[in-house]
Amino acid sequence: MTSTASLRLYLSDVLLLARKDLKLEMRSRDTVPAMLLFVVSSLVVFHFAVPSTLSSETERTVAFGLLWIAIIFTALLGLTRAFVAEREQRLLDALVMAPCDRSAIWLGKVLAVVGFLVLAEIIAVPAFVLFFQGVSAVTVAALVLANLGIAAVGTLLAAMAAGSRTRELILPLLFLPLAIPIVVGGIGASVADSPERFLGFLALYDAVFGIISWAAFEYVVTE
Amino acid sequence: MIRSRNLGRSFGEKTVLEAVNLDVAAGDILLVTGRNGSGKSTLLALLAGLLAPTRGTLEVAAERRSIGFVGHEPLLYQELTAAENLDLFGRLYRVQEHRERSGMLLERYGIWDVRHDRVSSFSRGMQQRLALCRAMLHEPALLLLDEPFAALDAEGVELLSDALAEPSQQRTLVVSSHQPDRLEPIATLRLALEVGRSR
Repeated sequence: MTSTASLRLYLSDVLLLARKDLKLEMRSRDTVPAMLLFVVSSLVVFHFAVPSTLSSETERTVAFGLLWIAIIFTALLGLTRAFVAEREQRLLDALVMAPCDRSAIWLGKVLAVVGFLVLAEIIAVPAFVLFFQGVSAVTVAALVLANLGIAAVGTLLAAMAAGSRTRELILPLLFLPLAIPIVVGGIGASVADSPERFLGFLALYDAVFGIISWAAFEYVVTE
Repeated sequence: MIRSRNLGRSFGEKTVLEAVNLDVAAGDILLVTGRNGSGKSTLLALLAGLLAPTRGTLEVAAERRSIGFVGHEPLLYQELTAAENLDLFGRLYRVQEHRERSGMLLERYGIWDVRHDRVSSFSRGMQQRLALCRAMLHEPALLLLDEPFAALDAEGVELLSDALAEPSQQRTLVVSSHQPDRLEPIATLRLALEVGRSR
């Protein structure tokens, strides 16, 4: 088989698996509604928690910090459910036995998680504007880059945690330290005078951790 | 097709399978018997490549695409319909004309009429029938069935017995059961496990 035909087959497997996850979510509605409710609730709580006596510059920095914290924890909520269908029915065994490249399972799940995050942010960003302040195109670009990094790393860690009895503990313990660069890059891009280097930092994070997660997934799902 | 020497598997301190020697040729039907906890499911998971041995050697001369597996769980997406599940696995296994093949299996196992129903609405027996369709969809050269009669009603047992009894020189079959009466007449090899050890 030529490399072009192999790539086409690989991408069709990825899209098939991503479409399956989106279809499952549309039917069960387990994850996205919870993410939407969580991100809006968090922003409401943060709105009342920030003192009104802060200077405008400090308030701006704090507000964007809270936005990124809300995004990270909302993503964590979605990631804890990323492999629920596979875990409850041991379906990861069925997918691992299929002759498709195992990294296609990871990439399909990454696409679905990105879709869930985008939906959450479509609600979160206007809510942030309502409760705090406007967002620039740079912040939106940072969110797009952050989504890729969160989904790439988070999906790998969610697959690792799925096989463990203490998965609810393991996933946050593994994911939050690895999400620190995303928070740093996201806040930096949102408030810095020259956000380009922070966007570059997020893109670098996506590239490095995307490649690592893509390559490591097979070892995570096979013994 | 399958060759093992002193095959063993432990989970931590607990040994669940020990010193299993197998020589299974293409076309053989191996019946694995034993009480609960004797290691039948572990042996089939090893043959399927879902577990790695902790002792001994195991050679299975079949690619992933040539193995069909039915375990204790039906390995089906509960929120997808029967047809959608078979469509998904048909595409992943690159089955030519998978819709026609799915339709044929759904009819054969008596679940054609409920093909557009979600699996979550199926009884355990219907899920087992669909699991058998999934495992046979790609016409595997090595079919691994772990307690395949579990949860099947009398009609389902008849249908599966007939399907397994069909002569096939291309298909190797490994079936575990602690109710082996139906499989005894067709088995060409037998392995009795006794708390992880072969007798």
